[in-house]
Amino acid sequence: MDFPILTLITFLPIIGMIVILFLKSEQKDAIRYTALISTALQLLMAVFLLMNFNYQAAGINDESSFQFVEKVRWITIPNISWLGTIKIDYFLGIDGLSILMVFLTAFVSFIATISSWNIPKQIKGYMAMFLLLDAGMMGVFVSLDFFLFYVFWEVMLLPMYFLIGIWGGPRKEYAAIKFFIYTLFGSIFILLTMIGLYFSATEMVDGVRLHTFNLVELTKAASYSADGILSAANPNNYRFIAYIFLFVGFAIKIPMFPFHTWLPDAHVEAPTPISVILAGILLKLGTYGILRINFAIFPEITVQLAWWIGLFGVINIIYGALVALAQKDFKKLIAYSSISHMGYVLLGMASLSVTGISGAIFQMFNHGTITAMLFLIVGVIYDRAHTRGVEEFGGLANKMPIYTGFVTVAFFAAIGLPGLSGFISESLVFIGAFGYTTTRILTIVALFGILLGAAYMLWTLQRLFFGKFNEKWQALTDIDTREYIMFIPLTIVIIYLGIQPSLALDLMNTSVKAFVQFINTAGF
Amino acid sequence: MDLSYFITSLTSIQPELMVLATLLVVLVFDLIFKQKKTFIPYIALAGLVATFFFLINQFGISQTAFITSEETQFGMFSLDPFSTFFKFIIVVSSFLVILMSISSSEIKNVNSRSGEYYTLIFGMILGMMFLASANDLILIYISLELLSLSSYVLAGFLKKDRRPSEAAMKYLIFGSISSAIMLFGISLFYGLFGTTNLNEIASFGSVSGMETITLTISTIFIFAGIGYKISSVPFHFWTPDVYEGAPIPITAYLSVASKSAGFALLVRFVRVGFTNTTLENGFWMLLDGFDWQLFLTIIAIATMTIGNLIALWQDNLKRMLAYSSIAHAGYLIAALVAFNNESLLAILVYFTFYLLMNFGAFYVIMVVKNKHNTEDINDYDALGTTSPFLAVVMTFFLFSLSGVPPFAGFIGKLYIFIALVDAKLLVLAVIALLNSTVSVYYYMRVLKHMFLTKKTDTSKTVEVDLFDKVVLLALAIPTLVFGLYFSGVVNLAQNSINILGF
Repeated sequence: MDFPILTLITFLPIIGMIVILFLKSEQKDAIRYTALISTALQLLMAVFLLMNFNYQAAGINDESSFQFVEKVRWITIPNISWLGTIKIDYFLGIDGLSILMVFLTAFVSFIATISSWNIPKQIKGYMAMFLLLDAGMMGVFVSLDFFLFYVFWEVMLLPMYFLIGIWGGPRKEYAAIKFFIYTLFGSIFILLTMIGLYFSATEMVDGVRLHTFNLVELTKAASYSADGILSAANPNNYRFIAYIFLFVGFAIKIPMFPFHTWLPDAHVEAPTPISVILAGILLKLGTYGILRINFAIFPEITVQLAWWIGLFGVINIIYGALVALAQKDFKKLIAYSSISHMGYVLLGMASLSVTGISGAIFQMFNHGTITAMLFLIVGVIYDRAHTRGVEEFGGLANKMPIYTGFVTVAFFAAIGLPGLSGFISESLVFIGAFGYTTTRILTIVALFGILLGAAYMLWTLQRLFFGKFNEKWQALTDIDTREYIMFIPLTIVIIYLGIQPSLALDLMNTSVKAFVQFINTAGF
Repeated sequence: MDLSYFITSLTSIQPELMVLATLLVVLVFDLIFKQKKTFIPYIALAGLVATFFFLINQFGISQTAFITSEETQFGMFSLDPFSTFFKFIIVVSSFLVILMSISSSEIKNVNSRSGEYYTLIFGMILGMMFLASANDLILIYISLELLSLSSYVLAGFLKKDRRPSEAAMKYLIFGSISSAIMLFGISLFYGLFGTTNLNEIASFGSVSGMETITLTISTIFIFAGIGYKISSVPFHFWTPDVYEGAPIPITAYLSVASKSAGFALLVRFVRVGFTNTTLENGFWMLLDGFDWQLFLTIIAIATMTIGNLIALWQDNLKRMLAYSSIAHAGYLIAALVAFNNESLLAILVYFTFYLLMNFGAFYVIMVVKNKHNTEDINDYDALGTTSPFLAVVMTFFLFSLSGVPPFAGFIGKLYIFIALVDAKLLVLAVIALLNSTVSVYYYMRVLKHMFLTKKTDTSKTVEVDLFDKVVLLALAIPTLVFGLYFSGVVNLAQNSINILGF
């Protein structure tokens, strides 16, 4: 690939950010349009990637079948006797595991930019931080070098801290620092494993074996030296501990029970567009990291721990749903439902089957679109009523009929109603997990999650839109043009993928097959 | 020892002689031209630039000087790439400290005494540069005292206030006690080995039996003197008070240059005095007799944990950075615990970045203090709106100090963890990592005050003049650039890990 499209899709928001920094704070519209154009171009490039994606190339552990690859030497520190040459590559590429996530990032960022249109204060700083965050997220999904991956991973922290801390709700400072410390705590474990892997594995470069951060090389048993601390060949290796370290690092991002406590705070305090980004994209980084790094680099431990991963998935599903059932704050309710839905992803991954993992990745995408829409819905009502108490409303269906329509679509998609995208991915997860004997019992328990999900969603729908109309909200208006522009694309994606899921599933099919085959051969 | 040999030895200490010459010029100039004191810093800067060129000439040279006995080939003074690297750090930070002093209102207020001020700074430089190369316990002690005596006076230079005087007093008392203990340790060493030369001490090989006890006691005594300079627990009690009471440029200087000289000494003391060979994979063979690994592990864990935990509660920024610098000393000691060449690499790389970010943070504090005469964290409220430039560069420095990519501090930490993981010291690595998570909280607290807290009174803007802006940018830009592209620094450090004798 001659044209560096992945570099462009990653750094385009940064270019937008630099342009914004040179604009004056008074030029509000110029700032908004710069951000909009950056994310729109990013979305166009993501569509271009989708259209040119080769459905037959697997990726996973074969460097040659990754697509749109860019590989340049980033850092070289020449050799001295005791520490070999240090090299770090600028290595980007995508395969079936990441293509959907790249599209999701571009798509949700674009919607969130529109949603950010009316940010009341310091729009310049906001948009600059927002675009930096966008670049960081995109960078994580396209990086194939662990070091690069880690840098992008940490780059996201800084803007997120400010976005929650400056533009958030009443307890924003607490939420921002909690988010920051929690995720940093997770990432230091990732860092430690990264260094361990670096010392254990080598890659052939120009006829010499050099230590490597290359995520593709790290999946191959042949890359590891016999005495490396993370080499399977070394009888005294630390692979199990490293796996747990990495898993905890990523689990905090998902967030997986019991590391989930930052999420409700962050969501409740964050402004709407940031909640959209947080739920729509950031949480997927955790599950993506587990697939790309934990599963692919430590297949034998993955197989060993599959039941535990499934168990935590089920705990997430049931616990998230139960807590959501008890919430009176609309946004907190959606936040906990989001924890619940991420549980399906974990369960699907634990099944180690093509169906289950396809379902998990598809669920990541669908959760991204559906939850993004749910948070936008919360934003719409909060903008108008300045409260999010579910029980303060009632009978809004007559007052805001179109809004009610969109809400119904999103809620039903979240419940998993057939015909909408959430149904397909959840079914695939269940079919996959039920088919694998290890996770069969867990699947049966998880099915109750659907029931609970339906309960809190429908109950919320009822409390908000049906029943007696509260006269206090006489002045509420139905959604405006800007909100239409946000809702319609999301609704189209949700409905269309519910009818024709193969559009998304075909993209990942080859990769997931290769991935599952790889884990099953290397893991057992 | 004939005269010609003495003169050959003098060529090894050209940079030190240049510093000495500048010291004398400053002193004489101050006496003769009483009305032109504003020129003095520029003379000092010129002297440092000249010293820098002498250092560049010396880079890569390994030779010994001032041989005291005919039997061994090692003298009192070791010129090697390792010490030259530290001298670079010392000279660059001296350059920065003089720039800071030019801009600092605290120093401007006592302009009449600026001759003494710069003379004393050069006294410190001289002490530190000798310390980085000292290969003999006597020279170590003398240069340590030269460094200490100059810094006692500088710490209390603003003698009209109560706090600086208290700081200087504390510094003096703690300093003299630890140096007395150290001297006692040195005398025990002489009793054990009959020599004060580090190479000759190592050539005795392992000690056993009753001598082990003497060695242990005397080594810990000597460490008291070193630990005091690098402010490691339990010799750190002076740090917060002195950092708070001293003029800001001196605080920054103590936290970077003086600490780096202390580390150069610690590394050389352990490396030359207690190891004899290097294994093929870069690990050092420690001599039996004193368990450095255990001792330094405990010191490292205590230093970083105590530093970080107390820093959490500080409202005075100078005091907070004092505790944070104790914690950073802990990370650096942890790096040394790996006892391999990667430890040295990590220490050198870390110090390079630490110089940028710590000086940067202190510089911002100084600019704010110049305008508002405050160091309290609450007075930084809404600095992000009243003075965006200062707030943004401070963000760079603080993020770098907390070790978050893509800033330089991350690369420094990365190299420390590389050294630890390669030596399979996973527990220590995890403790260090947990510590750096804790540290993020107090750095972020400053950010919280600068950006998130609203202030009713927005009239207190801080104008940054061009001079300060240039210096701050010169510190902030490398902090970011080295975080993304660090080959140059690491490469230089790799070429500088050679200690004379190995």
